[in-house]
Amino acid sequence: MNWETVIGLEIHAQLATRSKIFSASATAYGAEPNTQANLVDLGYPGVLPVLNADAVRMAIRFGLATGSTVARRSIFARKNYFYPDLPKGYQISQYERPVVEHGSLEIVLEDGSRKTIGITRAHLEEDAGKSLHEDFHGLSGIDLNRAGTPLLEIVSEPDMRSAKEAIAYLKKIHTLVRYLEICDGNMQEGSFRCDANVSVRPVGQKEFGTRAEIKNVNSFRFVERAINYEVDRQIELLEGGGKVKQETRLYDPDKGETRSMRSKEEANDYRYFPDPDLLPLVIDEATIEAVRTTMPELPDEKAARFVTEHGLSDYDAGVLTASRELAAYYETVVQRLGGQPKLAANWVMGDLSGALNKENLDVAQARVGAEALAGLLARIEDNTISGKIAKEVFEAMWAEGATADSIIEAKGLKQITDTSAIEQAIDEVMAQNPGQLADYRSGKDKLFGFFVGQVMKATGGKANPAQLNELLKKKLAG
Amino acid sequence: MHTQTVSELAAGLRARKFSSLDLTLHFLSRIERLGPELNAFVTVTADRALADARAADELLAQGRGGPLTGVPVAHKDIFCTDGILTTCSSKMLANFVAPYDATVVQRWRDAGTVLLGKTNMDEFAMGSSNETSFFGPVKNPWDLRRVPGGSSGGSAAAVAACLAPAATGTDTGGSIRQPAALTNLTGIKPTYGRVSRYGMIAFASSLDQAGVLARSAADAALLLEAMSGFDPRDSTSVDRPVPSYVAELGQPLKGLRVGIIREFFGEGLDPKVEKCVRDAIELLQREGAVIKDVSLPSLPLSVPTYYVVAPAECSSNLSRFDGVRFGHRCDQPKDLLDLYKRSRGEGFGAEVKRRIMTGTYVLSAGYYDAYYIKAQQCRALIAADFARAFEDVDVVLSPTSPTAAFELGAKTSDPIAMYLNDIYSIAANLAGLPGISIPCGFVAEGGKELPVGLQLVGPHFGESKLLAVSHQYQQHTDWHKRVPAGYA
Repeated sequence: MNWETVIGLEIHAQLATRSKIFSASATAYGAEPNTQANLVDLGYPGVLPVLNADAVRMAIRFGLATGSTVARRSIFARKNYFYPDLPKGYQISQYERPVVEHGSLEIVLEDGSRKTIGITRAHLEEDAGKSLHEDFHGLSGIDLNRAGTPLLEIVSEPDMRSAKEAIAYLKKIHTLVRYLEICDGNMQEGSFRCDANVSVRPVGQKEFGTRAEIKNVNSFRFVERAINYEVDRQIELLEGGGKVKQETRLYDPDKGETRSMRSKEEANDYRYFPDPDLLPLVIDEATIEAVRTTMPELPDEKAARFVTEHGLSDYDAGVLTASRELAAYYETVVQRLGGQPKLAANWVMGDLSGALNKENLDVAQARVGAEALAGLLARIEDNTISGKIAKEVFEAMWAEGATADSIIEAKGLKQITDTSAIEQAIDEVMAQNPGQLADYRSGKDKLFGFFVGQVMKATGGKANPAQLNELLKKKLAG
Repeated sequence: MHTQTVSELAAGLRARKFSSLDLTLHFLSRIERLGPELNAFVTVTADRALADARAADELLAQGRGGPLTGVPVAHKDIFCTDGILTTCSSKMLANFVAPYDATVVQRWRDAGTVLLGKTNMDEFAMGSSNETSFFGPVKNPWDLRRVPGGSSGGSAAAVAACLAPAATGTDTGGSIRQPAALTNLTGIKPTYGRVSRYGMIAFASSLDQAGVLARSAADAALLLEAMSGFDPRDSTSVDRPVPSYVAELGQPLKGLRVGIIREFFGEGLDPKVEKCVRDAIELLQREGAVIKDVSLPSLPLSVPTYYVVAPAECSSNLSRFDGVRFGHRCDQPKDLLDLYKRSRGEGFGAEVKRRIMTGTYVLSAGYYDAYYIKAQQCRALIAADFARAFEDVDVVLSPTSPTAAFELGAKTSDPIAMYLNDIYSIAANLAGLPGISIPCGFVAEGGKELPVGLQLVGPHFGESKLLAVSHQYQQHTDWHKRVPAGYA
């Protein structure tokens, strides 16, 4: 039987507010345990939550960026369950009335086609603390620094049909929240997390199969692996005559498998009800318009502009806009260079990205800045150096942190464009290789490359390639 | 000295007739002598009181005192007080020293009051007789065999017995007004949102409101003014100026439209209590008030509605008492579940458990719509009834409680009978309206004279009117001036 995979994602994006969603504690990552937890975060008797307006503005930004409806009135609800790292015994979240609803996002598939993924809702909620089970000799430690950190939970429609689509969507959201500057996107620190709802059904069947929810997979690679593992597991189960159970499963990255965490029957009854400590969240038109004026150019808009204004391919535009920083870098190069977008794009996606990947650096940490790269490309443009030499110069710039001009000067890499100098080199090479010259003249055209190589060697690679070609052709012809 | 009103004491202090230290020592000695039999206090903060008094005296000596500087007060033990035991009269918090002041505590402190101690109450404010306290029941100073009402029973007994000139209370379904009625005090529960709930340990967040128990409407006005106002730490507090309740006490009774709530003069109301209330209505009429019959047909829904909403909220509010960070923790927990079960099982009393279970039930999947949602709809009906009534009248009037103080133990085995004690007071909480109870007479029971209270409820932010009507009534009566035998 042929099976179709159905995937929906729930993404938790930690909002980049300075203080927590309902208290004034700092949200910075990595502080000593329990140093960023005040009485509100600790759930002390008598304390009350007060909503952080920045978190609301960030939710509105996300809503506007995804064509969603920003609810004029949404409700905070309590999700009740006991756990030591949940100080109040309930999590303040949004349930029946989320702040953002009915949006969508377009992803580009591998074959270049586009697909729209529905965003069911995005709601504000507080994070829980952390339970630490190591180093306590049979006891558990509780760190409540994270308790009360604002999260935007972004729930997709079950619109994805493969792990690849899920990853494309996940990356798109990841790009978007960083463009919007509402989340730092750091998956290792847990500020961008994902749960995947996965089911399979026979191709052509309308109803969804029973789904499993895979919890907290913390890298793009693991999400893809976890989904693929889960799809295979479910198909195998069904083809063996079994049934998929509705359950929560945990991905084990070491073993590369998912395993059951709790079944539907064991699931908590969270007893949601509106939190009486918080008024309904009312967002008026003026607030939404104020946020709208602060919206940045979004990745899709930017990519479209790169295609129409810069003449880049869809693919190049997509790669360059995958991160706001990379796009900014590219645009700075183009601006400084005064044009030549294709040249700039090739270098940013080629040598620059290669160098960054090699050292696992962000574009912000590049050892050759956008201005410096533009300085290098300008020397290609004005024929001071060839593209090939430029690669050598770039490597030196990366290693030494010097400008292109100073390296060209110091290493004497300036291109030879003086016709007589090139002709002289050609003459010498012809004189040294009479046999090859005779062969060429008797019809062995392929030897042209040999002569180019010899002249280049003689000039230390600095001869202007176009001039060399032209002069060499003439000379060889006799 | 101890039978004087707050206004009289404050005037005496400013005129240097006596010092705050004198006054404080006097009340502390009364508490020491008379407190134990009443069981009105959980904690007496003598050292703190003396320090507060000395600080007040310094201010007074510099002529810098305000209208409450140097006046001793007591706080219900539901308000967090920095560095002082704050127990909610529960074993769960019997060891809990609050690390901060509630806004109400802070505001009274800023006004220069002296803290005598923390008063006993029904456990987590759940009760109408002060018998659910982990520290034992409070006795009614009018008859030690009887309850003082609840849940602010300790505050009521303390003020009624002149162990403190005034005290804070909280009112979720009548917990200020009913004990005020049963102990001959003036007790006001302001509009929901008028007083900050920050630092007031939550029972039912959408109903809880802090207020005052005092011996006159004028005192209640003075003290309410000092605790009211917007607090950025409480999202449900309302950003609206606080009128000078004291300055507005002179509003005349003439022309005042008083609605008599038909539904609250029916079955279950003790005829002797009714007589007192009817006499008060006559007096108001004689003084020029226009008496109107009003019907609020949804009011009989109040008690069942309340006993869905309040337990639902409390079941969630009390989840934080889990033995992990503060409060009672069981000995040697085997594992996490054992820690939860035994800490909570041991820490909470029977009535608290009953309400947590009821609340958990009504919020459960499959029952939520039938109970919680239905209760919210009833709540809206009740609020609409009041809103309609206030189109025709300025205040509505009823008894505060169907009977005078009942005997200790009389209703402890029958929760429903106990719940019906709040039958007239609960609706104001459900609608978020201000309500006040004032003394309006006495009935004879078992050879004792027991006080009776009447209740006035006004529209949102109508505290000023309620206090003025009460004050005017108190100009024509002296019920509120009576002090129980042995405490004068």
